[in-house]
Amino acid sequence: MIYDYLIAPFAEFDFMRRALIGSIALAVGAGPIGVLMMLRRMSLAGDAMAHAILPGAAIGFLAAGLNLFAMTIGGLVAGFAVALGAGAVARATQMKEDAALAAFYLISLALGVLLVSLRGSNVDLLHVLFGTVLALDDATLLLIVSISSFTLLALAVLWRPLVLESVDPGFLRSVSRAGAPTHLVFLALVVLNLVGGFHALGTLLAVGMMMLPAAAARFWTRELTAMVGLSVLVGALSGVLGLLISYHWGVPSGPSIILVAGASYALSVLFGPVGGLLPRLAPRRHLEA
Amino acid sequence: MGAVLSFRDLTLGYERHPAVHHLAGDVTEGALLAVCGPNGAGKSTLLKGIAGVLSPLAGRIDCTIASRDIAYLPQAAEIDRSFPIDVYDLVSMGLWHRSGLFGGIARADRARIEQAIATVGLEGFENRPIGTLSGGQMQRTLFARLLLQEARLILLDEPFTALDAGTVADLVALVERWNGEGRTVLAVLHDLELVRSHFPQTLLLARQPVAWGETREVLTTPNLSAARRMCEAWDETAPFCAPEQAA
Repeated sequence: MIYDYLIAPFAEFDFMRRALIGSIALAVGAGPIGVLMMLRRMSLAGDAMAHAILPGAAIGFLAAGLNLFAMTIGGLVAGFAVALGAGAVARATQMKEDAALAAFYLISLALGVLLVSLRGSNVDLLHVLFGTVLALDDATLLLIVSISSFTLLALAVLWRPLVLESVDPGFLRSVSRAGAPTHLVFLALVVLNLVGGFHALGTLLAVGMMMLPAAAARFWTRELTAMVGLSVLVGALSGVLGLLISYHWGVPSGPSIILVAGASYALSVLFGPVGGLLPRLAPRRHLEA
Repeated sequence: MGAVLSFRDLTLGYERHPAVHHLAGDVTEGALLAVCGPNGAGKSTLLKGIAGVLSPLAGRIDCTIASRDIAYLPQAAEIDRSFPIDVYDLVSMGLWHRSGLFGGIARADRARIEQAIATVGLEGFENRPIGTLSGGQMQRTLFARLLLQEARLILLDEPFTALDAGTVADLVALVERWNGEGRTVLAVLHDLELVRSHFPQTLLLARQPVAWGETREVLTTPNLSAARRMCEAWDETAPFCAPEQAA
């Protein structure tokens, strides 16, 4: 019975197993990135960056059809251009990064729409927008897993400056020049993970896999490492549950995964011990010291 | 003792408006120097210039100490108090130059971190998230981090503002200890009694330097009222500063 519901879909169907591996790999890479984005107050920057990637992927699609390589390169180029451009403007001028990012992604988006319309074809962008987690081929799976592995490696190397840049950027500036490069590498990692995510979930939902688990994890712990672990766990479980719901009820898989992540966020808001709603409404007795 | 800092006709400011105007003089190694003056006198600006955060509009600062040996505690540290990090981890950042980007924190370093936390009187606070600290406890935490930096030149911008007497006494003792170890300390201060009792030298600044030398000769009534009279104006139509004024 439990086997039929929880295990059989993955045991019987190859495409479900691939989808499972793909979404867990996404969760592993996007989890820590999402936590850092949230703590750096960049939660909405991910969404802007996802919009920035879209035109690049669309141009790749126009040039070579539904080609993994072309769409990935297109997405990466557009994403890097926007992320690094906005990061550089924010560092070199008086403009704050959120404003620079808004300017850059809007330009990128308009440019993409213009280029697509110049080709005169009415491209079906549904793949780019909503992804195809149930149709991941070997090459795509390899790309997603590689991006996750690279993300973990890069974070392991950059963890200390990244944390310090988030807590006390002034201090990091006073002891090291690592701040600016660290921040740019971080933005590049965000783009990489969004590009990995858009093959499975589409550009718009890829942000969900990044931000929702992180936002949920914030309600359960005050400790950074635990928060990252929890965020990966929530993301991976959302993948599993979302795929099962999609299988049993015949609903699209990408939105199912993100909705499960959304449900875990809602539960966290209500019941999370760290500043959740119910613990606040039902305060426990205070301590002596 | 040689000069570790030399200001050579230094002008610092924002958008061409000077905040520190034509400052010249030397800070000798091992000095304990208070920087005083009314609000808007350019005290913080001077520290930013020394720390390298702000480039001079004119003139220059000659500093014989490498930037890695300078510690700077800004007035409003840009610390994100909501970030999930505890006192221990924040203090340990002071070891940046030993651990660098990637290096681990050795057992001996752990002992030094614990010792620094104990020195500032925060034993038992190691695992407290920084968001739960009071203003005084936060300042003690930042002093523990400064302690680990072992800098030769320490720049403190209003380090004792809004602190109670006990905390100020503890932190002043720490500053005197640093000075006793031969480190040069520049501190922006408003409490003149504190300056008179603990800082042998004072620079009284009111955009232009008013007086600079032995504290009791600098903090005199005529000097202080002269400093108060100097305006804080930012005049959009101000003429270009004539070079002969520099002398």
